[in-house]
Amino acid sequence: MTETEVSESQTKGSYLNELAGSKTGKTTQVRGKYGKYGGRYVPEVLMPALEELEGGYERYKNDPEFLAELNRYLRDFAGRETPLYFARNLSKKYGLKIYLKREDLVHGGAHKLNNAMGQALLAKYMGKTRLIAETGAGQHGTATAMAGANLGFETVVYMGAKDIKRQQMNAYRMELMGTEVKAVHTGSKTLKDAINEAFRDWVTNIANTHYLIGSVVGPHPYPVIVRDFQSVIGREVKEQILEKEGRMPDSIVACAGGGSNAMGIFHPFVEDKEVKLIAVEAGGKALKCTGKAALHSACLCAGEEGILHGARTKVLQDKNGQILESESVSAGLDYSGVGPELAYLAESGRVTARYAIDDEAVAAFHELSRLEGIIPALESSHALAYLKKAAETGELGEIVVVNLSGRGDKDLETVLSLKRGV
Amino acid sequence: MRKQTISEKFGELKERKEGALICYVMAGDPSAEATGKIVEALANGGADIIELGFPFSDPVADGPTIQAAGLRALAAGMDIQQYFGLVRDLDVLIPLVCMTYYNPVFRYGVEKFVEGAAEVGIGGLIIPDIPVEEAADLKSSCDKHGLDLIFLIAPTTTDERIRKILQRGSGFLYLVSRLGVTGTREDVSSSTKDLLSRVETKLPKAVGFGISTGRQAEEVRTAGADAVIVGSAFVKIIEEGKDVNGKLEALARELKSGILKAS
Repeated sequence: MTETEVSESQTKGSYLNELAGSKTGKTTQVRGKYGKYGGRYVPEVLMPALEELEGGYERYKNDPEFLAELNRYLRDFAGRETPLYFARNLSKKYGLKIYLKREDLVHGGAHKLNNAMGQALLAKYMGKTRLIAETGAGQHGTATAMAGANLGFETVVYMGAKDIKRQQMNAYRMELMGTEVKAVHTGSKTLKDAINEAFRDWVTNIANTHYLIGSVVGPHPYPVIVRDFQSVIGREVKEQILEKEGRMPDSIVACAGGGSNAMGIFHPFVEDKEVKLIAVEAGGKALKCTGKAALHSACLCAGEEGILHGARTKVLQDKNGQILESESVSAGLDYSGVGPELAYLAESGRVTARYAIDDEAVAAFHELSRLEGIIPALESSHALAYLKKAAETGELGEIVVVNLSGRGDKDLETVLSLKRGV
Repeated sequence: MRKQTISEKFGELKERKEGALICYVMAGDPSAEATGKIVEALANGGADIIELGFPFSDPVADGPTIQAAGLRALAAGMDIQQYFGLVRDLDVLIPLVCMTYYNPVFRYGVEKFVEGAAEVGIGGLIIPDIPVEEAADLKSSCDKHGLDLIFLIAPTTTDERIRKILQRGSGFLYLVSRLGVTGTREDVSSSTKDLLSRVETKLPKAVGFGISTGRQAEEVRTAGADAVIVGSAFVKIIEEGKDVNGKLEALARELKSGILKAS
């Protein structure tokens, strides 16, 4: 790395400046705990690996060489920084100033690569040769496949058999990049089962393998690592909005499944109390449960305290503590848990948790496509759907930033089949 | 009738210089009634301790065999009340250990769960997804109600962590013989020996994960284990569903005689 390259990457939103001085763990009272949430509830066999990962992250997160290399990948490979786009037509319709943070323009079509690239590079610095990941919709799997191919890893992605059926193109995309996509036939055959299976792989192959978790979930240190790598979104927004408006936004809206795009855009604003932070969950068909399944994925709005995938957080569960299957039109939000820090921020009142149901999200998907010529991911459409609800109550203030976390090309089939009524 | 405690059982075996056989099955697979007979068959075959699984929807430490058993048990309606009722009615004197994941216990209420378990005669708890660092609440409830809290030690566990675990564990120590999840395997790992020698304690050392034959049980006992834990091999017999109790009893007998050969 030459001097010029290093200084070049010290541009705005840069990891080199920011991650090094990061206020990691500001809401963390005990290591890996957010109030009563978080922690590390995993089989003993994984504990040393988590300690190793924590040590590796502590070592490299402030390492100039690591940060410069990551910056270079984020800029030249991922396409950062992403624009903060003033959505003129949408703004006019709702009588607000609406800005869209264009994470849909990140390589791969979603914010997922910010984290995948960061973790893959970390794994490389830590001497690992194999990456495993779980994926629901396929976005995180795709991002991992990209990072894995680029950095020369053997890459395996676990995906529920049901999700593979729903997202065949994404599965093929991963395979094109040399990733082995393993179908998971156990349990409900969706994201939570893919996570279980990835944990099992990790337990068996711990020496050479890094488990690249795709959201701010799981045992410590994952929620911190994923949040830090995704916080580039919020750091860019802060500089961009000051440049465009000369002040902070009144509110920031992001969809939340596990919560990685939400934590990524919220985190740099948590201390700026005047900025309202709103997490919009997937309301699915309705905020109701049948015996064995929830008809939604809204853990913050309707979940209860529990332990899932290594963390204490809000989960969807029955009275016996069995995890309920979740539901959403958007595969990326279809998860029975939520990041522990987000659960903490919502409970403490810093983040407001809301939800949008499937129909509202699909309507917002069409609306943004028609009004702005941008086809949003169904995940991000939940955040957009909330604009409509909130514009009537005025709770968003005047200037609103919406995290457009992904593009909707992957969802065309889903939307088409809804239209055909199948 | 009062069941033996885990330490009474190991004390008795120690006097006879005999290794223990610990058998795992999933409660409620395929039904609560069947589990009663299954436990009796295992006891008749020579089981010294029974680990009775309580099902959880997302069992990350288990392989496909035990996960499928858990789903069958859940589908058959197993819940904590039924589990406690089943244990209360079991007609065996040997110690019973409950193995489950933390969320069902947490949701039910840690104190309430431990109290209920002690009341129906459960002697110990194994919760594979709760490492020592997170186990304070559980430990104090177990101490209060006289239940042993049994921790796992893996080949990856550092010496520093082993010390921490030894401070908190009671009943016996569950040594994971190799990396991976539960399930039967062909060979007994050489890492078993290393692990047995690394763990210095007065508590009995039980080795599990991947053991399914009398010969493997003999090897593990010879390597220095005080007890051999077998699960998936029994669960498979239950899954196949043919002459279940006869086969369970025969396998338990094979395993126990392997252990005795080594003793």
